[in-house]
Amino acid sequence: MSLTAVVVVVVAAVLIGAFGIRFSRTTSDFYVASRSVSPLWNASAIGGEYLSAASFLGVAGLILSFGADMLWLPVGWTGGYLVLLVLVSAPLRRSGAYTLPDFAEARLESMTVRRTASVLVVLIGWLYLMPQFQSAGLVLRTVTGAPVWVGGLLVAAVVAVNVLSGGMRSITFVQAFQYWLKLTALAVPLVFLLMAWRADGAPTVSAADAATWQVPLAGGKEYGLYSTYSLILATFLGTMGLPHVLVRFYTNPDGRAARRTTLVVLSLLGAFYLLPALYGWLGRMYVPDLVGTDAVVLTLPERMVGGTLGDLLTALVTAGAFAAFLSTSSGLTVSVAGVIAQDLLKGSVRSFRAATLMAVAVPLVLALWARALPVADVVGLAFAVAASSFCPLLVLGIWWRRLSTAGALAGLLVGGGLASAAVLATITGGPWDGLAGALLAQPAAWTVPIAFAVMVSVSFLTPHRVPAGVARTMVRLHTPEDLDLDRGDWRPRSS
Amino acid sequence: MSPEPRPARRVPLARHDTARRVTVTSPRTAAARRPRYPATREIDEQTHLGEVYMRSLLRTQFRLALFVCTVLACVVCGLPLLFLAIPELREADLLGIPLPWAVLAGLIYPAFVVGAWLYVRQAERNERHFADLVERP
Repeated sequence: MSLTAVVVVVVAAVLIGAFGIRFSRTTSDFYVASRSVSPLWNASAIGGEYLSAASFLGVAGLILSFGADMLWLPVGWTGGYLVLLVLVSAPLRRSGAYTLPDFAEARLESMTVRRTASVLVVLIGWLYLMPQFQSAGLVLRTVTGAPVWVGGLLVAAVVAVNVLSGGMRSITFVQAFQYWLKLTALAVPLVFLLMAWRADGAPTVSAADAATWQVPLAGGKEYGLYSTYSLILATFLGTMGLPHVLVRFYTNPDGRAARRTTLVVLSLLGAFYLLPALYGWLGRMYVPDLVGTDAVVLTLPERMVGGTLGDLLTALVTAGAFAAFLSTSSGLTVSVAGVIAQDLLKGSVRSFRAATLMAVAVPLVLALWARALPVADVVGLAFAVAASSFCPLLVLGIWWRRLSTAGALAGLLVGGGLASAAVLATITGGPWDGLAGALLAQPAAWTVPIAFAVMVSVSFLTPHRVPAGVARTMVRLHTPEDLDLDRGDWRPRSS
Repeated sequence: MSPEPRPARRVPLARHDTARRVTVTSPRTAAARRPRYPATREIDEQTHLGEVYMRSLLRTQFRLALFVCTVLACVVCGLPLLFLAIPELREADLLGIPLPWAVLAGLIYPAFVVGAWLYVRQAERNERHFADLVERP
């Protein structure tokens, strides 16, 4: 039955995507759906795109394993949108850029900064795609017993077909649909689980768990306070640097709509993230054997409800999990492919197609080779890289006139480089012990301040390399669109 | 040929015609204060005055953003410290739910939405003020 659910989700995604074909005629349509997407559609699409396997499966798994400290993960993933809203959303939309490298070029008037940003976008995208493919393999193995690579390959293929056939417009429809599917797939089974829990006499966690697992900063985890703060920093500041999230802001009609969209996104995510904690909490009582895996959401319905109803509910959460893989992977693929097509290839529709294949193939290979870590941990590392590179670039670029080209470049290289090195050490080697292990597993707390410091101090040392058009760019970024002002003639290269 | 009295000017009243009064509809003070250029042109030509307008907009919006971020940082960074400093809080209950769970897995989300809503309202208000300022006829 769960296999049927997977097939239904995959077919539905392809069919809905096919409706987008007739809309995508020009390159501009292809990249950002001609900016004709309304705020609610847009917000649902952002939610659908953002809630990955890490949110759907990973958070509950980590809460089950590590307890209250992990509650910060969804809090940070939601709160990141508040930071994004106040610091970035409207100016970024007003910049008129399609992608993060576009923004870097528009603001700093430098192709070197643009290329550096492109490389980082591709790195972050691949780092985020890899665990999606890995978990797809694990889920399909749990459901059907198929080898691990089948699930990853299936998701990769569907995403490639979808992106190739419809571009962004189709993805917007698919994504909006996926948010509501994911919410339903997690909420409906939870109702039945809570009923089963009540019927069971509403037990609570064991006395030992109530004393440690349920209590924050008591799990005996080494450097717990450092890890908590580093996690908070990475998630709150990393959200604004995620390429697949930012590409959505360009589909708003203007800066004001971008803000309102972000507000709706916050409500949608807040509603969703109420659920995984309950799964983790129920899981601690009913499936304590699943500590250290991502399988709690998939297993609970069968263990607690059982019978045909249990099968049905398992099918529903499996469908939700596949929706999560498909939507996040599609969004990431669109943005990574867009960047590869524009900056490494010629920028035509044909090169977008070649880029799509590259965007999917590399993380698929990585997923089959790399050490399997909890999905939410790897995604957390992608956040750390984004927070250490794009967060300073965006915040300083939007609010500080004296940011120089050299400063931005140095900050991107040092911040992004240090965070990537830590990520590489964690994924390929590790787990490492002691303080070094904590610093490498949660690098944001030291890489983000270093990135900001480098960007600011190098900018102070190179005042002659502040872009000439900064005043005009500031007008463009900050003034409402209905004012008749000269905003410069910069246009993204893909239009 | 006697000139028609202009409505903007005060009309000297004859003694025998006290009932006839003319409303002063347009005192010339506004016309006298009108700048040579509209403010949008000052901004386009990047004059000092234009820069002042832009800086005022940036400063207002940045202060607002910084205020929201500071409140957020105090809440978010204060909570772990609070739990660390006052162990009783960690084990306290709110309607049968452990307090840290009630806050981190529930109450904090609506708080985010309310904060975001207040921010959007104020940011749009700031932009309207700026638009009024530079588009003032």
